[in-house]
Amino acid sequence: MTDPNGLITPGRPAPGFTLPATPDGREVGPGQFRGRPVVLAFYPADFTPVCGEQMTLYQAAMPELERYGAVLLGISVDSVDTHRAFAQSQGVEFPLLADDEPRGEVARRYGAHTPRGEAARALVVIDPEGTVAWSYLSPMDVNPGVDGILDALERLAADRRVTTG
Amino acid sequence: MTTPLQVTTARLRIPVTETDHARGPADAPVTIVEYGDFQCRFCGAAYPNLHEVLRQRADTVRLVYRHFPIANVHPYAESAAEAAESAGARGRFWEMHDWLYEHQDQLDPVHLSLGVEQLGLPPEDVDAEVGRHAHADRVRRDFVGGIRSGVNGTPTLFVNEVRHEGGYDLAELLAVVDATATA
Repeated sequence: MTDPNGLITPGRPAPGFTLPATPDGREVGPGQFRGRPVVLAFYPADFTPVCGEQMTLYQAAMPELERYGAVLLGISVDSVDTHRAFAQSQGVEFPLLADDEPRGEVARRYGAHTPRGEAARALVVIDPEGTVAWSYLSPMDVNPGVDGILDALERLAADRRVTTG
Repeated sequence: MTTPLQVTTARLRIPVTETDHARGPADAPVTIVEYGDFQCRFCGAAYPNLHEVLRQRADTVRLVYRHFPIANVHPYAESAAEAAESAGARGRFWEMHDWLYEHQDQLDPVHLSLGVEQLGLPPEDVDAEVGRHAHADRVRRDFVGGIRSGVNGTPTLFVNEVRHEGGYDLAELLAVVDATATA
């Protein structure tokens, strides 16, 4: 039995959801992208201070994620308005989802939440069929980078080559 | 495949080769690989300290510079990196590198062009190469290699292929160099 409070583990179906997202508040969720890998990047809050911080780095790395046909969704408990200001200031073009009603509900369903009810710093890669392929819980103050995501996408692509072979 | 809260020491995945920009003796016992962004102020703050490390440990340290521009927040970072490559194609990479870090508030096209001219490089030719992104592939290759090695921001240093987790002040850099040299 998996720890009910821990981060969702590989092999489990990714819980379905939609949340209001940048830029226009439209509802976005992983189920809309079946047939493509989906990367969920849970993070505590917009406007954190480090140079090249996580969402900014992910925008810069988008061409590499797109090589695997992957969709990237950032998720925190910030509102769409806050997300929009953050996205504009950081040049972030991929959707940022507002997990704010009820606060942190989607993060909780993925086990990617803190005791305070905000999103933890966690990464989940969902395969094209909607199953969790990889997950990673980062220490709150450590930007987990892109390497783990790219390694997971690479393994997914290799597995598909073998099965379709 | 879940690795919760396991912090592994990141290592450099792309080995240093002769296509890298290197400064210092080729057989130096300590190689620092820097992933940097010419418009990043933290890289700008580390620059004089790295310079001083090379001066004080001239027989011990080699510095390799790789590009890691975060273009969405640093609009001039890519053109600066490409200008450095354009200078590099003329054997002048490090002079351009130094100028860029010494003029971080002057990376717009007009001032960049003046800098290129100051260094005695042909501004029209360099401008044209930057304009048609002649060196963009090289810059991108550095960036992609960086993210595969876990680079998550700038500057990121690897000291003999082990990621440096500390700060970038002179004392800390000298300490890691000396510890690595005697390891």
